[in-house]
Amino acid sequence: MSWFADPGWETQVRHRSRIWLYLLAAAVMAFLVVPTLIVIPMSFSASQFLEFPPRHWSLRWYVSFFDSTSWLQAAATSLKAAFLTALVATPLGTTAAYGLFVSRLRWTKLAVPILLTPIVVPVILIAIGVFYAYVKLKLVNTLVGLVLADSMLAVPLVVMVVTSALKSYDMNQEMVARSLGASRPRAFLLVTLPQIRFAVLTAAVLSFLTAFDEVVVAMFISGGDNSTLTRNMFNALRDQVDPTIAAISTIMIVISSLLLALSQILGRSR
Amino acid sequence: MSLRRARADAEPNADALRRDALAERVALFGLSLPALVLVIVTMVIPVAWLFWLSFLGDDGSVSLINYQRLIRQPSYARIFLATFEISALTTAICVLLGYPLAYVLSQLPPRLANLCMIGVLMPFWTSILVRTYAWLVLLQRHGLVNDWGIRLGLWNQPLTLVHNFGGTLIGLVHIMLPFLILPVYASMRAIDRVYLKAAANLGASPVHVFWRVFFPLSLPGLLAGMLIVFILCLGSYVTPEMLGGGRVIMVANAIATDIQLFFNWGAASALGVVLLVLTSAILYAASRLIRLNRIFGGHGP
Amino acid sequence: MARAGALPITVRRVAKAYGPVRALDHIDLDVRSGEFLTLLGPSGSGKTTLLMVLAGFTRPDRGSLKFGDAEVIRLAPHKRDVGMVFQNYALFPHMNVAANIGFPLRLRGVPKADAARRVEQALEMVQLGGYGERRVEQLSGGQRQRVALARAIVFEPRILLMDEPLSALDKQLREHMQIELRRLHEALGMTTVYVTHDQREALTMSDRIAVINHGRILQLDTPRRIYDRPSSRSVAEFIGESSFLPVEAANGGFFHAGAKLKLPDGPAPAGRCLLMVRPERLRILTGGAADHLNVLRGTVQEVVYQGESFLLQVLLLDGSRIAVRGVSSAGAMAVLPDAGAVVTLGLGIDDTILLADDPALP
Repeated sequence: MSWFADPGWETQVRHRSRIWLYLLAAAVMAFLVVPTLIVIPMSFSASQFLEFPPRHWSLRWYVSFFDSTSWLQAAATSLKAAFLTALVATPLGTTAAYGLFVSRLRWTKLAVPILLTPIVVPVILIAIGVFYAYVKLKLVNTLVGLVLADSMLAVPLVVMVVTSALKSYDMNQEMVARSLGASRPRAFLLVTLPQIRFAVLTAAVLSFLTAFDEVVVAMFISGGDNSTLTRNMFNALRDQVDPTIAAISTIMIVISSLLLALSQILGRSR
Repeated sequence: MSLRRARADAEPNADALRRDALAERVALFGLSLPALVLVIVTMVIPVAWLFWLSFLGDDGSVSLINYQRLIRQPSYARIFLATFEISALTTAICVLLGYPLAYVLSQLPPRLANLCMIGVLMPFWTSILVRTYAWLVLLQRHGLVNDWGIRLGLWNQPLTLVHNFGGTLIGLVHIMLPFLILPVYASMRAIDRVYLKAAANLGASPVHVFWRVFFPLSLPGLLAGMLIVFILCLGSYVTPEMLGGGRVIMVANAIATDIQLFFNWGAASALGVVLLVLTSAILYAASRLIRLNRIFGGHGP
Repeated sequence: MARAGALPITVRRVAKAYGPVRALDHIDLDVRSGEFLTLLGPSGSGKTTLLMVLAGFTRPDRGSLKFGDAEVIRLAPHKRDVGMVFQNYALFPHMNVAANIGFPLRLRGVPKADAARRVEQALEMVQLGGYGERRVEQLSGGQRQRVALARAIVFEPRILLMDEPLSALDKQLREHMQIELRRLHEALGMTTVYVTHDQREALTMSDRIAVINHGRILQLDTPRRIYDRPSSRSVAEFIGESSFLPVEAANGGFFHAGAKLKLPDGPAPAGRCLLMVRPERLRILTGGAADHLNVLRGTVQEVVYQGESFLLQVLLLDGSRIAVRGVSSAGAMAVLPDAGAVVTLGLGIDDTILLADDPALP
């Protein structure tokens, strides 16, 4: 414990006299992490009130989820929408990021902010705007409508992630590839894409999660057979605290964490 | 004829080359068209439509009646005030809690810091619904906090911690903290230790070094974080809806109610326009002070 | 020594402006089949821009470019079949050496067995035989440059372009590579255009040099003629060291400090002139007649020892300053005048060069 009395870092203040700082930081860290994670063990609690630590362990809430056709259908919708969103938003956003990065047209300066507006505009506004348009276009409660809206929300993330990767990439390599006989598309596919694949993969996972976790827009435009998991959860919570939702939450956390871990591992391996 | 030939000899291929250059630039820009079309069609146009709606009266003619109603009805003024209050309060608490954590993290060796950052980033890949629900469970009358509070003898009766202002505030702080910590952490990491050493060398006490050197250098990140948190709070919907128990109505909740319960598109769109204008105004004012284009994308050399 | 297949390059009236800046100012250039031509100039002179126009990465505002008989100015870079070596090598880090070199063959649909053989041949040619399996990060700077070179020649292009490929290497490696590149050029015989700002490199490697500045070609000639007979003050200042002395024209002759200059045959430049003197062409005279030389007198200001040579700073009688360089052999050092001594210098007639003193000339 001798480090405790040593001067800490460059400020020459001893760790011991700053203990309050470390305790506060630890407390905030716990505040951040614990609530999110605590749902997981609580979902195995047999009691209606979801105790911690659970006095009796049980899988009843999971059974309740898997037994219910409406929950399963909602889960299927969410997974389908999320997967399709990743499929749509990733190529769209990647080509946009690349095109804007390389193009020297004056319109580039205008295009980038437009692509980023879904992040800046309050979600509720996007939700009611899309809802209004979808009512007119008869796209409410359809999977297509959902995927389009979710893709729109995901594109800015893809653009940001891929642009950031392109910035730290040596574009000279594309020039070399072209001098050796590759057309621009081939140079991108054979030389650039393999080197930014980690970013593209991350962008795809982020797109998936954006759609999977999205609540507000889904609340308005997904319904009936195409109601998402989040929408159903939200509605269920309005009435009472249904513990099944703890199980669903856990499943969602696990899926998200797995996806992210997978993308990190795949990306890092060479 | 000979004049044109003479010009062609003096400026060989000039026209063709110019056309080629334009064609190439357009083609590259065209790569971004599908994404642009998607965003414009699914977002820009509908929101513009909403703008238009807000200026339509009950009979369909152009009028300012929606805005007049907004101003006349005191409940809306209260809603905006409440929204600002809670946003400001959330931002302040996030600063008090988040700055120290960011500071400690920025002092850790990189590998340990990265590990801890996973904890900070975790909220980003969990649904806001899941996180808000977690608080619902924790703060309910028979929830974890009350359980342990009573067990530890801190209070005797279960406290009403949720379905009220307090619960909403706790939830909002939890949701918004990572948004503050990230930019602050980034700007802290970027501070060159040389400055701190130099100040200490010149005889400044540790407290002095912090307030006179470190804090000002971390300010850009802090201000950026505060801006993001404030703006996100202004437009928040899920947290007040779930944790407010109907007692906390922010602008976004009012908009949703106007549509879902009253089908009052006029009021909802007017509210939305005001919210958007406010958000944009704040962003614009802030962008004059902070370089926001550092955070979002951009284009290359 | 052009091998069958090497192409001549014809550049006509190529111009490129970036706003008000004229990067290329109506360039006309003929590169002979199989020759090694160097574009020599300082940064911003336009040499790299011209190379990029040849490669197709910079589209000029106007002009014509022909490889052989084919007009290629509008042709996309990947269709020009030109080999190119860049300053920063730009090897593909996600491929090993063999894959890097085989890349252009793969693009052209060359069958695998064939490609593998040609890759190995290219490696042998740059003296990296057997390095195919290595990864890029395992290579040193010099090795990477050679891999980049192998990659650029493996598909047997008829024109090779090089943009300061050796500037990132240290001095010794650079000089070694200069010899290597020259040897490779002689073995393969392809038309080569080489860009550099290093005059020594240009003088060592080239068949001809094009001195370029402010987007214009100042002089296109063999290294020897450019050094001995620069066409203008700019060229003289850029290549080698030189001092410039004022000259008066009178009675059909040219005078410096009152003495009439003995000049080589050939026309003198019009207008006001300068006398260009190379430090190493001056001889210290110890007395006796010097009818076949131009003579300059002055006092030694400073004597500097520079290892393989010595340098004398001399103040001439008319007030102009001049430098004298000589080999620092033991004999020469023994008879060197000291600072303050009066000295008589001799300049050979063929080394007495008159240049136009025209500030308007680039």
